[in-house]
Amino acid sequence: MTENDELQIPRDARDDMAAQGDNKPILDTMFWIAAVAVAGAYVRAIMFTPTEARQGLAQKIYYIHLPAALNAYLAFTIVALCSVVYLWLRDPRADRLAESAAEVGVVFTTVVLTTGPIWGKPIWNTWWTWDARLTLTLFLWFIYASYLVLRGAVDDPGMRARYSAVLGILGALLIPFIHLSVYLFRTLHPMPIVLKPERPSLPNEMLTTLTLSFIAFVILCIALIRVRYRLSVAREQLAELEAR
Amino acid sequence: MPSTLATALLIARKDLAIEFRTRTAFFSAIVFALLGIVIFFFAWDSTAVAAIDLAPGVLWVIFTFSGLLGLQRSFGVETADRAMDALLVAPIPREAIYLGKALANFAFVAGIQLVTIPAVAIFYNLPMGDAIPVLAAIATLAAIGLVAVGTLFSAMAVNTRLAELLLPMLSLPFFVPIVMGASGSTARLMAGRPIAEALPWLRILGAYDVVFIVACALLFPFTLDE
Repeated sequence: MTENDELQIPRDARDDMAAQGDNKPILDTMFWIAAVAVAGAYVRAIMFTPTEARQGLAQKIYYIHLPAALNAYLAFTIVALCSVVYLWLRDPRADRLAESAAEVGVVFTTVVLTTGPIWGKPIWNTWWTWDARLTLTLFLWFIYASYLVLRGAVDDPGMRARYSAVLGILGALLIPFIHLSVYLFRTLHPMPIVLKPERPSLPNEMLTTLTLSFIAFVILCIALIRVRYRLSVAREQLAELEAR
Repeated sequence: MPSTLATALLIARKDLAIEFRTRTAFFSAIVFALLGIVIFFFAWDSTAVAAIDLAPGVLWVIFTFSGLLGLQRSFGVETADRAMDALLVAPIPREAIYLGKALANFAFVAGIQLVTIPAVAIFYNLPMGDAIPVLAAIATLAAIGLVAVGTLFSAMAVNTRLAELLLPMLSLPFFVPIVMGASGSTARLMAGRPIAEALPWLRILGAYDVVFIVACALLFPFTLDE
């Protein structure tokens, strides 16, 4: 660090930050563990899991697609719960967690919406179809993308937290209605083969790979939310420093 | 202290009086809606797509977009001379503000429907006849849902940096079930199908109205300055 760089942050402020122990790297151990786990799960999916008889290699994308989708739901559930908690207890940590989870959820939804068409083109012979689940996922993306835009458009932190909590709750209420409406159209998406009342109809080896991939994605999801949470804390501290 | 409902009616009357005296938003919304109906007609090849297949979609999409113009203004008028602060210090329940604004918006949107529905019927040559009572029911359900959500988002959007852009962005995903429900049931109706076929759509619309009126009325106080 040169003399010039040091001048940008006042010494007492740097001491404050050091005292709070917030000068750890943004990407922590858990993030790297998650990255290795996801890479490992995928190596297993490609090299050590049998190829599906009819879909061939295209089916491999399933090991990203489904875990990403489930984790997007997990993230959006966190947003809804944190929104309720924030309006109830007014704890800024709940607001920050909701923000972090929403952003990670939008990223996972983007993964779902990208991997889906890549699989859909060879298997369904179309990139996109207005099927119930595709449409619902697309709207999830819209709802939480506008949630993030709303956050960016309000300057006052208290107002931002209240507004986004209101939207977080309404968004969760909207999901069943979109689901019901789009379900009245015919559906083309493969029916559930793992999360259904009867036994999963996936061969054991594939199910193991899928489970491992799912666990890896859960770790990744939590790690990313933690990273995003620390980033939000750091941003707030920076704003405070700039205000001095 | 007057009851919540009486206060709400008073606020609605105030908003409608402002609108009646200035007449800015309503007329621009009507002209916008009529323009939309005409433009939509030329956006399709009328020899390939029958007007009757197009009409329900056009009707409800246009209704949604022109409704947004009224919603934009709902809390927009309160920013002038910080009129909102006066409403907030008044000794009235905050739910009454929401209810009053929603009632005024409902009158606005219903006024737009009274012009756009006959206009679509005339321009797209729709067989109205017996359909009018059911269509009125669909229109009422759609208007209630649109106003319930839109009023809340209007209160939020007006305080943000992107007000004009944010209101449609926040509202439109929420209007999707309304547009789908209303045009789905209108299409069945216009095709002369039995009402039973439109019933699932009407149920969704009804449930949507109940859920979002309750949720938005409860959440509205959180959008106000404390």
